[in-house]
Amino acid sequence: MDVLQYQFYQYALWAALLVSLSCGIIGTYITARRMVFLSGGITHASFGGIGLAYFLGMNPMVGAIIFALLSAFGIEVLSKKADIRQDSAIGILWTIGMAIGIVFIFLTPGYASNLMSFLFGSILTVSLQDLLLMGLITFTLFLIFLILFKQILFIAFDEEYASTHKIRVKLLNYLMISLVSLTIVIGIRVVGVIMVISMLTIPQAIAGLFTNRFGKMILWSILFAFIGSVIGLYVSYAVNIPSGATIILTLAAIYLIIKLLKLSLGTFQTK
Amino acid sequence: MATLLELEHITAGYGEEIIFRDVSLVVEKGAFIGVIGPNGGGKTTLVKIILGLLKPIQGSIRSYLETEIGYLPQNNPIDRKFPITVREVVMSGLISKDKFFVRFDREHRKKAESIMERMGILHLRNKSVGMISGGQLQRALLGRAIISDPHLLVLDEPGTFVDNRFEKDLYELLVELNNTVTIMMVSHDVGTISAYVKSIVCINRNLHYHRSNIITPEQLAQYNCPIQLITHGDVPHTVLSSHKD
Repeated sequence: MDVLQYQFYQYALWAALLVSLSCGIIGTYITARRMVFLSGGITHASFGGIGLAYFLGMNPMVGAIIFALLSAFGIEVLSKKADIRQDSAIGILWTIGMAIGIVFIFLTPGYASNLMSFLFGSILTVSLQDLLLMGLITFTLFLIFLILFKQILFIAFDEEYASTHKIRVKLLNYLMISLVSLTIVIGIRVVGVIMVISMLTIPQAIAGLFTNRFGKMILWSILFAFIGSVIGLYVSYAVNIPSGATIILTLAAIYLIIKLLKLSLGTFQTK
Repeated sequence: MATLLELEHITAGYGEEIIFRDVSLVVEKGAFIGVIGPNGGGKTTLVKIILGLLKPIQGSIRSYLETEIGYLPQNNPIDRKFPITVREVVMSGLISKDKFFVRFDREHRKKAESIMERMGILHLRNKSVGMISGGQLQRALLGRAIISDPHLLVLDEPGTFVDNRFEKDLYELLVELNNTVTIMMVSHDVGTISAYVKSIVCINRNLHYHRSNIITPEQLAQYNCPIQLITHGDVPHTVLSSHKD
Protein backbone atom coordinates (compact mmCIF):
# COMPACT_ATOMS: atom_id res chain seq x y z
CA MET A 1 0.00 0.00 0.00
CA ASP A 2 1.89 3.02 -1.28
CA VAL A 3 -0.50 5.26 0.63
CA LEU A 4 1.35 4.34 3.83
CA GLN A 5 4.23 6.61 2.87
CA TYR A 6 2.07 9.69 3.44
CA GLN A 7 2.38 11.19 6.88
CA PHE A 8 -1.34 12.02 7.12
CA TYR A 9 -2.12 8.35 6.54
CA GLN A 10 0.31 7.24 9.24
CA TYR A 11 -1.29 9.74 11.62
CA ALA A 12 -4.71 8.39 10.68
CA LEU A 13 -3.62 4.85 11.56
CA TRP A 14 -2.28 5.99 14.92
CA ALA A 15 -5.57 7.81 15.56
CA ALA A 16 -7.47 4.63 14.63
CA LEU A 17 -5.42 2.65 17.16
CA LEU A 18 -5.94 5.19 19.95
CA VAL A 19 -9.65 5.57 19.29
CA SER A 20 -10.06 1.78 19.21
CA LEU A 21 -8.29 1.41 22.56
CA SER A 22 -10.28 4.14 24.30
CA CYS A 23 -13.67 3.37 22.73
CA GLY A 24 -13.15 -0.37 23.30
CA ILE A 25 -12.70 0.20 27.02
CA ILE A 26 -15.28 2.94 27.60
CA GLY A 27 -17.84 1.51 25.18
CA THR A 28 -17.86 -1.75 27.15
CA TYR A 29 -18.48 0.24 30.34
CA ILE A 30 -21.33 2.34 28.96
CA THR A 31 -23.10 -0.53 27.19
CA ALA A 32 -22.84 -2.73 30.29
CA ARG A 33 -24.30 0.07 32.43
CA ARG A 34 -26.88 1.04 29.77
CA MET A 35 -25.53 4.59 29.56
CA VAL A 36 -25.68 4.90 25.78
CA PHE A 37 -28.33 7.65 25.73
CA LEU A 38 -26.41 9.61 28.37
CA SER A 39 -23.28 9.30 26.23
CA GLY A 40 -25.24 10.52 23.21
CA GLY A 41 -26.21 13.60 25.21
CA ILE A 42 -22.61 14.32 26.20
CA THR A 43 -21.52 13.84 22.58
CA HIS A 44 -23.94 16.36 21.15
CA ALA A 45 -23.53 18.85 24.00
CA SER A 46 -19.80 18.95 23.28
CA PHE A 47 -20.56 20.37 19.84
CA GLY A 48 -21.21 23.66 21.70
CA GLY A 49 -17.57 23.64 22.81
CA ILE A 50 -16.41 22.93 19.29
CA GLY A 51 -18.35 25.96 17.99
CA LEU A 52 -17.12 28.24 20.75
CA ALA A 53 -13.47 27.18 20.32
CA TYR A 54 -13.79 27.62 16.57
CA PHE A 55 -15.14 31.15 17.12
CA LEU A 56 -12.30 32.00 19.54
CA GLY A 57 -9.65 30.45 17.31
CA MET A 58 -8.74 27.72 19.81
CA ASN A 59 -8.21 23.98 19.24
CA PRO A 60 -11.79 22.64 18.89
CA MET A 61 -10.88 19.46 20.80
CA VAL A 62 -10.12 21.54 23.90
CA GLY A 63 -13.51 23.25 23.63
CA ALA A 64 -15.18 19.87 23.14
CA ILE A 65 -13.48 18.46 26.27
CA ILE A 66 -14.68 21.38 28.40
CA PHE A 67 -18.27 21.13 27.14
CA ALA A 68 -18.32 17.34 27.41
CA LEU A 69 -17.25 17.48 31.05
CA LEU A 70 -19.65 20.33 31.87
CA SER A 71 -22.59 18.52 30.29
CA ALA A 72 -21.75 15.24 32.04
CA PHE A 73 -21.79 16.95 35.43
CA GLY A 74 -24.70 19.18 34.35
CA ILE A 75 -26.88 16.13 33.64
CA GLU A 76 -25.99 14.77 37.07
CA VAL A 77 -26.80 18.07 38.82
CA LEU A 78 -30.04 18.64 36.88
CA SER A 79 -31.33 15.16 37.59
CA LYS A 80 -30.28 15.08 41.26
CA LYS A 81 -30.75 18.66 42.44
CA ALA A 82 -33.19 20.33 40.05
CA ASP A 83 -35.55 17.34 40.13
CA ILE A 84 -35.64 16.98 36.34
CA ARG A 85 -35.80 13.37 35.26
CA GLN A 86 -32.51 12.12 33.89
CA ASP A 87 -33.63 11.40 30.34
CA SER A 88 -35.18 14.88 30.13
CA ALA A 89 -31.97 16.44 31.48
CA ILE A 90 -30.01 14.57 28.79
CA GLY A 91 -32.37 15.77 26.07
CA ILE A 92 -32.13 19.37 27.26
CA LEU A 93 -28.31 19.54 27.40
CA TRP A 94 -28.04 17.54 24.15
CA THR A 95 -29.90 20.23 22.20
CA ILE A 96 -28.59 23.28 24.08
CA GLY A 97 -25.05 22.18 23.23
CA MET A 98 -25.92 21.76 19.56
CA ALA A 99 -27.63 25.17 19.51
CA ILE A 100 -24.60 26.92 21.04
CA GLY A 101 -22.32 25.24 18.51
CA ILE A 102 -24.45 26.27 15.54
CA VAL A 103 -24.74 29.90 16.74
CA PHE A 104 -20.99 30.32 17.20
CA ILE A 105 -20.12 28.68 13.91
CA PHE A 106 -22.60 31.04 12.22
CA LEU A 107 -20.97 34.03 13.99
CA THR A 108 -17.47 33.00 12.89
CA PRO A 109 -16.46 34.94 9.76
CA GLY A 110 -15.67 32.94 6.64
CA TYR A 111 -16.89 29.62 5.34
CA ALA A 112 -17.39 26.99 8.07
CA SER A 113 -15.64 24.14 6.30
CA ASN A 114 -14.65 22.54 9.60
CA LEU A 115 -18.27 22.21 10.64
CA MET A 116 -18.70 19.17 8.43
CA SER A 117 -15.51 17.60 9.69
CA PHE A 118 -16.73 17.78 13.29
CA LEU A 119 -20.18 16.51 12.48
CA PHE A 120 -18.88 13.62 10.37
CA GLY A 121 -15.27 13.25 11.55
CA SER A 122 -12.05 13.58 9.61
CA ILE A 123 -9.45 11.07 10.60
CA LEU A 124 -7.26 12.07 7.65
CA THR A 125 -6.67 15.59 9.01
CA VAL A 126 -5.56 14.51 12.50
CA SER A 127 -2.55 16.60 13.58
CA LEU A 128 0.38 15.62 15.76
CA GLN A 129 -1.09 17.80 18.52
CA ASP A 130 -4.39 15.88 18.28
CA LEU A 131 -2.50 12.58 18.44
CA LEU A 132 -0.62 13.63 21.56
CA LEU A 133 -3.87 14.63 23.26
CA MET A 134 -5.50 11.33 22.24
CA GLY A 135 -2.46 9.42 23.47
CA LEU A 136 -2.54 11.15 26.83
CA ILE A 137 -6.25 10.46 27.34
CA THR A 138 -5.97 6.84 26.22
CA PHE A 139 -2.96 6.24 28.48
CA THR A 140 -4.77 7.72 31.51
CA LEU A 141 -7.83 5.61 30.76
CA PHE A 142 -5.73 2.47 30.40
CA LEU A 143 -3.93 3.10 33.68
CA ILE A 144 -7.14 3.74 35.64
CA PHE A 145 -8.77 0.58 34.30
CA LEU A 146 -5.66 -1.43 35.06
CA ILE A 147 -5.59 -0.30 38.69
CA LEU A 148 -9.31 -0.06 39.46
CA PHE A 149 -10.73 -2.76 37.18
CA LYS A 150 -12.48 -4.73 39.93
CA GLN A 151 -13.97 -1.69 41.61
CA ILE A 152 -15.24 -0.35 38.29
CA LEU A 153 -16.77 -3.71 37.36
CA PHE A 154 -18.42 -4.31 40.72
CA ILE A 155 -19.83 -0.80 41.05
CA ALA A 156 -21.18 -1.05 37.51
CA PHE A 157 -22.80 -4.40 38.30
CA ASP A 158 -24.32 -3.48 41.67
CA GLU A 159 -23.77 0.04 42.91
CA GLU A 160 -25.84 -0.46 46.05
CA TYR A 161 -23.83 -3.47 47.12
CA ALA A 162 -20.55 -1.62 46.60
CA SER A 163 -21.94 1.18 48.82
CA THR A 164 -22.57 -1.28 51.65
CA HIS A 165 -18.86 -2.14 51.51
CA LYS A 166 -18.00 1.55 51.97
CA ILE A 167 -16.57 1.93 48.47
CA ARG A 168 -16.44 5.55 47.30
CA VAL A 169 -19.12 4.92 44.71
CA LYS A 170 -19.92 8.58 43.99
CA LEU A 171 -16.28 9.55 43.53
CA LEU A 172 -15.66 6.64 41.17
CA ASN A 173 -18.82 7.42 39.21
CA TYR A 174 -17.63 11.00 38.70
CA LEU A 175 -14.22 9.73 37.61
CA MET A 176 -15.85 7.33 35.15
CA ILE A 177 -18.20 9.90 33.63
CA SER A 178 -15.17 12.17 33.12
CA LEU A 179 -13.38 9.36 31.29
CA VAL A 180 -16.49 8.74 29.19
CA SER A 181 -16.52 12.45 28.23
CA LEU A 182 -12.84 12.46 27.26
CA THR A 183 -13.23 9.30 25.19
CA ILE A 184 -16.22 10.75 23.36
CA VAL A 185 -14.11 13.75 22.34
CA ILE A 186 -11.45 11.46 20.87
CA GLY A 187 -14.17 9.64 18.99
CA ILE A 188 -15.61 12.90 17.66
CA ARG A 189 -12.27 13.78 16.08
CA VAL A 190 -12.29 10.50 14.17
CA VAL A 191 -15.91 9.69 13.26
CA GLY A 192 -17.68 12.92 14.22
CA VAL A 193 -20.49 13.98 16.57
CA ILE A 194 -23.20 12.22 14.58
CA MET A 195 -21.55 8.81 14.54
CA VAL A 196 -19.35 8.55 17.63
CA ILE A 197 -21.90 6.44 19.52
CA SER A 198 -21.41 3.65 16.99
CA MET A 199 -17.71 3.40 17.94
CA LEU A 200 -18.90 2.85 21.51
CA THR A 201 -21.56 0.27 20.71
CA ILE A 202 -20.94 -1.73 17.50
CA PRO A 203 -17.54 -3.18 18.56
CA GLN A 204 -19.18 -4.21 21.86
CA ALA A 205 -22.05 -5.85 20.01
CA ILE A 206 -19.50 -7.82 17.97
CA ALA A 207 -17.57 -8.68 21.14
CA GLY A 208 -20.83 -9.88 22.68
CA LEU A 209 -20.95 -12.59 20.03
CA PHE A 210 -17.76 -14.07 21.48
CA THR A 211 -17.91 -13.46 25.23
CA ASN A 212 -20.14 -12.56 28.16
CA ARG A 213 -17.30 -11.37 30.36
CA PHE A 214 -16.59 -7.70 30.97
CA GLY A 215 -12.79 -7.98 30.75
CA LYS A 216 -12.76 -10.10 27.61
CA MET A 217 -15.43 -7.90 26.07
CA ILE A 218 -13.03 -4.94 26.36
CA LEU A 219 -10.26 -6.87 24.56
CA TRP A 220 -12.52 -8.14 21.76
CA SER A 221 -14.04 -4.65 21.33
CA ILE A 222 -10.61 -3.05 20.95
CA LEU A 223 -9.62 -5.68 18.40
CA PHE A 224 -12.76 -5.27 16.27
CA ALA A 225 -12.79 -1.49 16.56
CA PHE A 226 -9.24 -1.46 15.20
CA ILE A 227 -9.92 -3.97 12.42
CA GLY A 228 -13.04 -2.00 11.41
CA SER A 229 -11.18 1.32 11.45
CA VAL A 230 -8.24 0.09 9.38
CA ILE A 231 -10.42 -1.63 6.77
CA GLY A 232 -12.82 1.35 6.71
CA LEU A 233 -9.95 3.78 6.32
CA TYR A 234 -8.51 1.82 3.42
CA VAL A 235 -11.85 1.40 1.65
CA SER A 236 -12.68 5.09 2.05
CA TYR A 237 -9.33 5.95 0.45
CA ALA A 238 -9.67 3.44 -2.34
CA VAL A 239 -13.27 4.31 -3.26
CA ASN A 240 -12.97 7.98 -2.28
CA ILE A 241 -15.88 8.15 0.18
CA PRO A 242 -15.98 9.76 3.69
CA SER A 243 -13.84 7.85 6.19
CA GLY A 244 -16.07 8.13 9.31
CA ALA A 245 -19.13 6.69 7.62
CA THR A 246 -17.06 3.98 5.93
CA ILE A 247 -15.55 2.86 9.25
CA ILE A 248 -19.01 2.52 10.78
CA LEU A 249 -20.46 0.65 7.83
CA THR A 250 -17.45 -1.67 7.94
CA LEU A 251 -18.08 -2.38 11.62
CA ALA A 252 -21.75 -3.05 10.92
CA ALA A 253 -20.76 -5.42 8.10
CA ILE A 254 -18.37 -7.27 10.42
CA TYR A 255 -21.17 -7.70 12.95
CA LEU A 256 -23.55 -8.99 10.31
CA ILE A 257 -21.05 -11.44 8.83
CA ILE A 258 -20.06 -12.92 12.19
CA LYS A 259 -23.67 -13.09 13.36
CA LEU A 260 -24.70 -14.90 10.16
CA LEU A 261 -21.72 -17.26 10.41
CA LYS A 262 -22.65 -18.00 13.98
CA LEU A 263 -26.26 -18.67 13.07
CA SER A 264 -25.39 -20.95 10.16
CA LEU A 265 -22.73 -22.88 12.09
CA GLY A 266 -24.72 -22.79 15.31
CA THR A 267 -21.81 -24.41 17.06
CA PHE A 268 -19.39 -22.00 18.62
CA GLN A 269 -20.63 -21.13 22.02
CA THR A 270 -20.68 -17.88 23.90
CA LYS A 271 -18.93 -18.29 27.16
CA MET B 1 -24.51 -11.11 75.19
CA ALA B 2 -22.40 -8.79 73.11
CA THR B 3 -24.20 -6.10 71.16
CA LEU B 4 -23.41 -5.74 67.45
CA LEU B 5 -25.70 -2.90 66.48
CA GLU B 6 -27.81 -0.38 68.33
CA LEU B 7 -30.50 1.69 66.64
CA GLU B 8 -31.67 4.53 68.86
CA HIS B 9 -34.89 6.46 68.23
CA ILE B 10 -34.57 6.32 64.46
CA THR B 11 -37.00 8.21 62.26
CA ALA B 12 -36.59 7.40 58.58
CA GLY B 13 -38.20 8.15 55.26
CA TYR B 14 -37.74 9.53 51.79
CA GLY B 15 -38.03 13.29 51.34
CA GLU B 16 -41.28 14.41 52.92
CA GLU B 17 -42.59 10.91 53.45
CA ILE B 18 -41.89 9.41 56.86
CA ILE B 19 -41.85 5.60 56.81
CA PHE B 20 -41.35 5.00 60.52
CA ARG B 21 -40.80 7.08 63.66
CA ASP B 22 -38.79 6.63 66.83
CA VAL B 23 -37.67 3.06 66.21
CA SER B 24 -35.12 1.47 68.52
CA LEU B 25 -33.55 -1.95 68.17
CA VAL B 26 -30.60 -3.80 69.64
CA VAL B 27 -29.04 -6.59 67.56
CA GLU B 28 -27.14 -9.01 69.74
CA LYS B 29 -24.42 -11.40 68.67
CA GLY B 30 -25.75 -14.80 67.64
CA ALA B 31 -29.30 -13.62 66.96
CA PHE B 32 -31.37 -14.87 64.05
CA ILE B 33 -34.01 -12.19 63.62
CA GLY B 34 -36.92 -12.46 61.22
CA VAL B 35 -38.17 -9.02 60.14
CA ILE B 36 -41.84 -9.15 59.23
CA GLY B 37 -44.57 -6.67 58.49
CA PRO B 38 -46.92 -5.54 55.76
CA ASN B 39 -45.75 -3.99 52.48
CA GLY B 40 -44.92 -0.34 52.97
CA GLY B 41 -44.48 -0.92 56.70
CA GLY B 42 -40.77 -0.17 56.55
CA LYS B 43 -38.97 -3.53 56.23
CA THR B 44 -36.69 -2.49 53.39
CA THR B 45 -36.23 0.99 54.88
CA LEU B 46 -34.98 -0.62 58.09
CA VAL B 47 -32.52 -2.69 56.05
CA LYS B 48 -31.28 0.42 54.24
CA ILE B 49 -30.76 2.24 57.53
CA ILE B 50 -28.79 -0.67 58.95
CA LEU B 51 -26.63 -0.95 55.81
CA GLY B 52 -25.96 2.79 55.79
CA LEU B 53 -27.62 3.21 52.38
CA LEU B 54 -30.14 5.64 53.86
CA LYS B 55 -29.34 8.32 56.45
CA PRO B 56 -31.85 8.51 59.29
CA ILE B 57 -33.81 11.76 59.57
CA GLN B 58 -33.49 11.51 63.33
CA GLY B 59 -31.79 9.17 65.75
CA SER B 60 -28.47 7.38 65.70
CA ILE B 61 -26.93 4.02 64.93
CA ARG B 62 -24.10 2.62 66.99
CA SER B 63 -22.15 -0.17 65.35
CA TYR B 64 -19.79 -2.50 67.17
CA LEU B 65 -19.16 -4.55 64.04
CA GLU B 66 -15.59 -5.33 63.03
CA THR B 67 -16.53 -6.40 59.52
CA GLU B 68 -18.63 -5.12 56.66
CA ILE B 69 -22.23 -6.34 56.74
CA GLY B 70 -22.95 -9.22 54.38
CA TYR B 71 -25.99 -8.30 52.32
CA LEU B 72 -28.31 -10.25 50.08
CA PRO B 73 -30.47 -7.75 48.18
CA GLN B 74 -33.80 -8.47 46.62
CA ASN B 75 -33.18 -10.19 43.33
CA ASN B 76 -34.98 -7.78 41.04
CA PRO B 77 -32.57 -4.82 40.70
CA ILE B 78 -29.84 -7.01 39.21
CA ASP B 79 -29.33 -6.47 35.46
CA ARG B 80 -29.34 -10.00 34.04
CA LYS B 81 -27.75 -8.84 30.78
CA PHE B 82 -24.65 -7.51 32.55
CA PRO B 83 -21.46 -9.19 31.28
CA ILE B 84 -20.23 -10.72 34.53
CA THR B 85 -19.60 -14.34 35.56
CA VAL B 86 -20.81 -16.19 38.65
CA ARG B 87 -17.24 -16.35 39.95
CA GLU B 88 -16.82 -12.60 39.54
CA VAL B 89 -20.10 -11.95 41.36
CA VAL B 90 -19.05 -14.13 44.31
CA MET B 91 -15.58 -12.58 44.46
CA SER B 92 -16.96 -9.06 44.36
CA GLY B 93 -17.94 -9.65 48.01
CA LEU B 94 -14.23 -9.38 48.84
CA ILE B 95 -13.76 -5.75 47.88
CA SER B 96 -13.82 -3.20 50.65
CA LYS B 97 -12.54 0.23 51.44
CA ASP B 98 -9.25 -0.89 53.01
CA LYS B 99 -8.61 -3.53 50.35
CA PHE B 100 -9.06 -1.07 47.52
CA PHE B 101 -5.94 -1.82 45.52
CA VAL B 102 -5.43 -5.43 46.55
CA ARG B 103 -5.46 -7.94 43.73
CA PHE B 104 -7.18 -11.26 44.27
CA ASP B 105 -4.60 -13.98 45.01
CA ARG B 106 -4.72 -17.77 45.11
CA GLU B 107 -6.17 -17.77 48.60
CA HIS B 108 -9.07 -15.57 47.50
CA ARG B 109 -9.75 -17.80 44.51
CA LYS B 110 -9.69 -20.92 46.71
CA LYS B 111 -12.10 -19.26 49.10
CA ALA B 112 -14.42 -18.38 46.24
CA GLU B 113 -14.35 -21.98 45.01
CA SER B 114 -15.20 -23.40 48.42
CA ILE B 115 -18.07 -20.92 48.79
CA MET B 116 -19.41 -21.77 45.32
CA GLU B 117 -19.10 -25.48 46.17
CA ARG B 118 -21.11 -24.90 49.34
CA MET B 119 -23.76 -22.98 47.37
CA GLY B 120 -23.88 -25.75 44.76
CA ILE B 121 -22.90 -23.44 41.91
CA LEU B 122 -19.25 -24.39 41.35
CA HIS B 123 -20.09 -25.92 37.96
CA LEU B 124 -21.59 -22.57 36.89
CA ARG B 125 -18.55 -20.47 37.84
CA ASN B 126 -17.74 -19.36 34.29
CA LYS B 127 -21.36 -18.76 33.22
CA SER B 128 -22.60 -15.20 32.99
CA VAL B 129 -25.51 -14.11 35.18
CA GLY B 130 -27.79 -14.04 32.13
CA MET B 131 -27.32 -17.77 31.59
CA ILE B 132 -28.35 -19.06 35.01
CA SER B 133 -31.73 -19.37 36.75
CA GLY B 134 -33.11 -16.98 39.35
CA GLY B 135 -32.42 -19.48 42.12
CA GLN B 136 -28.84 -19.97 40.94
CA LEU B 137 -28.31 -16.21 40.86
CA GLN B 138 -29.69 -15.99 44.39
CA ARG B 139 -27.10 -18.58 45.47
CA ALA B 140 -24.33 -16.58 43.80
CA LEU B 141 -25.50 -13.42 45.56
CA LEU B 142 -25.60 -15.27 48.89
CA GLY B 143 -22.06 -16.47 48.16
CA ARG B 144 -21.05 -12.84 47.59
CA ALA B 145 -22.64 -11.90 50.92
CA ILE B 146 -20.77 -14.51 52.99
CA ILE B 147 -17.37 -14.73 51.26
CA SER B 148 -15.91 -11.93 53.39
CA ASP B 149 -16.86 -13.77 56.64
CA PRO B 150 -19.18 -11.02 57.89
CA HIS B 151 -20.27 -10.97 61.53
CA LEU B 152 -23.72 -9.77 60.49
CA LEU B 153 -25.67 -11.01 57.50
CA VAL B 154 -28.73 -9.09 56.27
CA LEU B 155 -31.10 -10.73 53.78
CA ASP B 156 -33.96 -8.93 52.05
CA GLU B 157 -36.71 -11.34 50.95
CA PRO B 158 -34.35 -14.21 50.08
CA GLY B 159 -37.31 -16.51 49.40
CA THR B 160 -38.66 -14.59 46.42
CA PHE B 161 -37.76 -15.71 42.88
CA VAL B 162 -36.54 -19.11 44.07
CA ASP B 163 -38.17 -22.50 43.92
CA ASN B 164 -39.50 -24.13 47.08
CA ARG B 165 -36.74 -26.69 47.27
CA PHE B 166 -34.01 -24.06 47.20
CA GLU B 167 -35.93 -21.91 49.66
CA LYS B 168 -35.86 -24.77 52.18
CA ASP B 169 -32.16 -25.46 51.47
CA LEU B 170 -31.46 -21.77 51.90
CA TYR B 171 -33.12 -21.53 55.31
CA GLU B 172 -31.35 -24.67 56.51
CA LEU B 173 -28.07 -23.22 55.31
CA LEU B 174 -28.84 -20.02 57.21
CA VAL B 175 -29.54 -21.97 60.42
CA GLU B 176 -26.13 -23.62 59.99
CA LEU B 177 -24.45 -20.28 59.28
CA ASN B 178 -26.11 -18.86 62.37
CA ASN B 179 -23.67 -20.87 64.51
CA THR B 180 -21.05 -18.29 63.63
CA VAL B 181 -22.93 -15.39 62.04
CA THR B 182 -25.66 -13.11 63.34
CA ILE B 183 -28.52 -12.98 60.84
CA MET B 184 -31.32 -10.58 60.09
CA MET B 185 -33.80 -11.71 57.47
CA VAL B 186 -36.67 -9.74 55.97
CA SER B 187 -39.64 -11.71 54.73
CA HIS B 188 -43.28 -11.26 53.97
CA ASP B 189 -43.70 -14.99 54.37
CA VAL B 190 -43.98 -15.21 58.16
CA GLY B 191 -45.22 -18.77 58.20
CA THR B 192 -42.19 -20.21 56.47
CA ILE B 193 -39.43 -18.32 58.24
CA SER B 194 -40.81 -18.64 61.77
CA ALA B 195 -39.62 -22.22 62.00
CA TYR B 196 -36.03 -21.09 61.46
CA VAL B 197 -35.61 -17.73 63.17
CA LYS B 198 -35.00 -17.24 66.90
CA SER B 199 -36.75 -13.92 67.31
CA ILE B 200 -39.10 -11.70 65.36
CA VAL B 201 -39.17 -8.00 64.65
CA CYS B 202 -42.48 -6.72 63.42
CA ILE B 203 -42.31 -3.39 61.66
CA ASN B 204 -45.39 -1.48 60.63
CA ARG B 205 -44.60 2.22 61.06
CA ASN B 206 -43.64 1.14 64.61
CA LEU B 207 -41.26 -1.59 65.60
CA HIS B 208 -41.90 -4.44 68.00
CA TYR B 209 -39.14 -6.78 68.98
CA HIS B 210 -40.35 -10.16 70.04
CA ARG B 211 -37.69 -12.25 71.68
CA SER B 212 -39.02 -15.58 70.54
CA ASN B 213 -40.43 -16.98 67.35
CA ILE B 214 -43.94 -17.36 68.75
CA ILE B 215 -46.46 -14.55 68.64
CA THR B 216 -49.85 -14.81 70.30
CA PRO B 217 -53.06 -13.26 68.92
CA GLU B 218 -53.14 -10.80 71.82
CA GLN B 219 -49.63 -9.57 71.14
CA LEU B 220 -50.35 -9.31 67.47
CA ALA B 221 -53.41 -7.18 68.07
CA GLN B 222 -51.36 -4.96 70.34
CA TYR B 223 -48.59 -4.68 67.70
CA ASN B 224 -51.06 -3.63 65.04
CA CYS B 225 -49.25 -5.95 62.69
CA PRO B 226 -51.74 -7.32 60.18
CA ILE B 227 -50.12 -10.65 59.46
CA GLN B 228 -50.84 -14.29 59.92
CA LEU B 229 -50.48 -15.83 63.36
CA ILE B 230 -47.54 -17.95 64.38
CA THR B 231 -47.59 -20.81 66.85
CA HIS B 232 -45.24 -23.73 67.20
CA GLY B 233 -45.40 -27.33 68.21
CA ASP B 234 -42.39 -29.19 69.59
CA VAL B 235 -41.45 -30.44 66.17
CA PRO B 236 -39.88 -27.81 63.93
CA HIS B 237 -42.86 -27.08 61.81
CA THR B 238 -45.33 -24.23 61.86
CA VAL B 239 -49.00 -24.33 62.59
CA LEU B 240 -50.83 -21.27 61.42
CA SER B 241 -54.19 -20.16 62.64
CA SER B 242 -56.15 -17.48 60.89
CA HIS B 243 -56.15 -13.89 61.94
CA LYS B 244 -59.03 -12.67 64.07
CA ASP B 245 -60.42 -9.66 62.30
